[in-house]
Amino acid sequence: MGDWMTVTDPESKNISQYTSETKMSPSSLYLQKVLCSSIPLSKNVHSFFSAFCTEENIEQSISYLDQELTTFGFPSLYEESKGKETKRELNIVAVLNCMNELLIRQRKNLLAQENVETQNLKLGSDMDHLQSCYAKLKEQLETSRREMIGLQERDRQLQCKNRNLHQLLKNEKDEVQKLQNIIASRATQYNHDMKRKEREYNKLKERLHQLVMNKKDKRIAMEVLNYVGRADGKRGSWRTDKSEARNEDEMYKILLNDYEYRQKQILMENAELKKVLQQMKKEMISLLSPQKQKPIEKADDSTGTGISDVEEDPGELSRESIWDLSCETVREQLTNSIRKQWRILKSHVEKLDNQVSKVHLEGFNDEDVISRQDHEEETEKLELEIQQCKEMIKTQQQLLQQQLATTCDDDTTSLLQDCYLLEEKERLKEEWSLFKEQKKNFEKERRSFTEAAIRLGLERKAFEEERASWLKQQFLNMTTFDHQNSENVRLFSAFSGSSDRDNLTVHSRPRQKPYRVSNGSPICTSKLTKSLPASPSTSDFCQTRSCVSEHSSISVLNMTPEETRPNQVGGECANQKWSVASRPASQDGCCSECSWTSTNSHVEKDGLP
Amino acid sequence: MYKRGLVQVWSLEQPEWHCRIDEGSAGLVASCWSPDGRHILNTTEFHLRITVWSLCTKSVSYIKYPKACQQGISFSRDGRYLALAERRDCKDYVSIFVCSDWQLLRHFDTDTQDLAGIEWAPNGCVLAVWDTCLEYKVLLYSLDGRQLAAYCAYEWSLGVKSVAWSPSSQFLAVGSYDGKVRILNHVTWKMLTEFAHPAAISDPRVVVYKEAEKSPRGALGRPACPSFRAAESKYEIAAVPVSLQTLKPAADRANPKIGVGLLAFSPDSYFLATRNDNVPNAVWVWDMQKLRLFVVLEQLGPVRSFQWDPQRPRLAICSGGSKVYLWSPAGCVSVQVPGEGDFQVLSLCWHVTGASLALLSKDHFCLCFLETEDEADGAIGQLGAHT
Repeated sequence: MGDWMTVTDPESKNISQYTSETKMSPSSLYLQKVLCSSIPLSKNVHSFFSAFCTEENIEQSISYLDQELTTFGFPSLYEESKGKETKRELNIVAVLNCMNELLIRQRKNLLAQENVETQNLKLGSDMDHLQSCYAKLKEQLETSRREMIGLQERDRQLQCKNRNLHQLLKNEKDEVQKLQNIIASRATQYNHDMKRKEREYNKLKERLHQLVMNKKDKRIAMEVLNYVGRADGKRGSWRTDKSEARNEDEMYKILLNDYEYRQKQILMENAELKKVLQQMKKEMISLLSPQKQKPIEKADDSTGTGISDVEEDPGELSRESIWDLSCETVREQLTNSIRKQWRILKSHVEKLDNQVSKVHLEGFNDEDVISRQDHEEETEKLELEIQQCKEMIKTQQQLLQQQLATTCDDDTTSLLQDCYLLEEKERLKEEWSLFKEQKKNFEKERRSFTEAAIRLGLERKAFEEERASWLKQQFLNMTTFDHQNSENVRLFSAFSGSSDRDNLTVHSRPRQKPYRVSNGSPICTSKLTKSLPASPSTSDFCQTRSCVSEHSSISVLNMTPEETRPNQVGGECANQKWSVASRPASQDGCCSECSWTSTNSHVEKDGLP
Repeated sequence: MYKRGLVQVWSLEQPEWHCRIDEGSAGLVASCWSPDGRHILNTTEFHLRITVWSLCTKSVSYIKYPKACQQGISFSRDGRYLALAERRDCKDYVSIFVCSDWQLLRHFDTDTQDLAGIEWAPNGCVLAVWDTCLEYKVLLYSLDGRQLAAYCAYEWSLGVKSVAWSPSSQFLAVGSYDGKVRILNHVTWKMLTEFAHPAAISDPRVVVYKEAEKSPRGALGRPACPSFRAAESKYEIAAVPVSLQTLKPAADRANPKIGVGLLAFSPDSYFLATRNDNVPNAVWVWDMQKLRLFVVLEQLGPVRSFQWDPQRPRLAICSGGSKVYLWSPAGCVSVQVPGEGDFQVLSLCWHVTGASLALLSKDHFCLCFLETEDEADGAIGQLGAHT
């Protein structure tokens, strides 16, 4: 009816814009005026609302409104009219109701508008989202299409390759077949040729053979010095049928022996294997029988057969001996029984597996659950035990290593080691002291030996010098011969009696005083003295010193002019004189080569008392 | 003396005894003793016939149509029987003779294209017959001529190169051109296992001995040797993995150097020694109890021959140099042959008692005496040189 349009210039009185063409424009003025008086709004709105109803067109605006409202289904604004032409009174109640209703409707519409707007927004965002998704999916689709095309391309290529390879394989196979055929044909050809050539060759050989045989060459001969006996010592025998038969017999004998031997071996092997199988069977039965005594939830046929098997056992045991035979039936029996047992064992193991898996899956039976718990507990306990054991092993290992290692922190072990060390130290000390003692002794001995050696050397020197001087004397006194004999005797007696002389003569000493002699070799003299008492006889001395006397005869002669003393020994002064004689010859500084006998006497005096 | 067709025989115990056999125009291609030592079998030229000369009776027997092949004659170990390969009318036959009186026992044909060799089993009851190298076929015949089994490993390739029986007759080792040895067992005559000879060894349980030159230094305590004696060598243990020297054979020539060319079982059947011609410097020793590779010995030069001690598991190897090598499960040692000049050991031969070893060069031979085990391990005592 009436389209409310927005007014750009609400202040303008141009009402025609917002009223319907069907209606009169002035009515709209009236409408506006009516409305503006009741609704307290802003001036613009006021003016807007006052544009419909003004003071002048109230009736028109009321009738217009009434018409509009009745068309919308509202009750009439007018009161019930009694007559047709009387002016209808405005029903204020109806008007208020209508207004309320309109307000309510307005609110509703606003709500609905809001909802619609929010929905619109939502839909808009959804639309955006969907559009973006759509775009993405389109992209994905594109890419996947491209991929697919690529893969298809590759697939095609691979199939191509595959076909090519198949083709190649076929070709190769064909080639192989062809080559094989060629080879076969060539082989037959070759064989044929070979046969031909062989026949030719054989013919030639035959001819050659004939020629060779015909030649009867005397040169084809054997020269032997003498016949060699046969290896087995027997004589050769002629070839006869009997010998042929004998050979055949021997051959068969050999073959039979070989077969028998092999059969024996095989029988032994068989017996061993049978034993093993029987043992296996027994063990399997023993394994299975204790299982049967446990209560098993699922009753199986296998249990029945198992029990029956256990019952079979005593019967079977008695039949064992029969199995040593190897006839067909017995063999089959053994294998069958083994197979049966094996099947039972297998089924039992499978059953156990099933039980375990069922417990894992369902756990419906309390017993099973508890048993599983127990099982777990036990496993935990066992694991703990294992841990403990491992730790113990580790500690043991450590202790062992400590014991073996040289450095250790433990007190007792260090003490022990110290003890051992002390013991060893003491032992070492003892040995060391021993060693030192021995060293000292050795040193002493060495020193003594060196001294002895030195003395010996000196004495030897002295002796040499004396000898030299004595020889000189002898040589010098070569001329005086008359006293030779007596002097010799004297010399001898002097030698022999030197010890006596030494014992007796003390007064000879002052004569010898000026002859200061050095104890060149006291040991030698002491040796001499030692030897002298042993054999003081002149004869011995004569013999021992005969050689000396020959050399020293000269010096003896020298001594004669000097005083001689009558002695029981006789030659004492001769000795002295000899010493005197010898001394001037050796005036030089060789005190060591001074008289032997004088030193003798000197020492004697010292040593004897 | 093949060229002159003469065979001369001397006695070791009676030096004045001698014998001369003259084949004359028949020519001589091969000659061998019979196991009783009283007969000499001469193969005439072109393999026309085999003449059996008896030293006991001065009699002659002839055997016609012998086959000219790699190993056509085989005496059984106990010396009773002789198996001879024959070929008549392009077919192969095997004749079995009794050695005591040279009577023909059995004569049967074989299912081979071109028989290449025959060999008795040590127990004297089975005869192994193998075909030419163009076809892999091993046939087994019993003493009375029945065929027991046939074995073929593969077709279309070069086949059997060498065959060896184990001394217990339990195993038959077949070495082929593909570088593998196949072991057949005597009960079923089927393959037990096959041994391959790759050039790279990676199994850590295998011990690899490599011969290495010692730095040239005078040996202490040895009598002075001339200066041109070759350098000493010793064995070193090489750590696995090891790769051996290989030889690429000429593919267009006959008798290519590939495949297992030498096979020998130890006397107790515990070990099998092989040589793969691709890897000419190495000797492979296989443990027959565990059926796997045990030891590899790599020499400096190509291995010419090896032979087991007839009494114990001791292997002697020669490689053309002047040394002989000995291996036993206890270890291995390389021994220099003393002598003036260079003594090239080309082949060797053990004495039956295993106490001495003959080393042969081109025109000399040397006897090597081995001390008993009372002495230090593997001690090789005096070496005497005789020519």
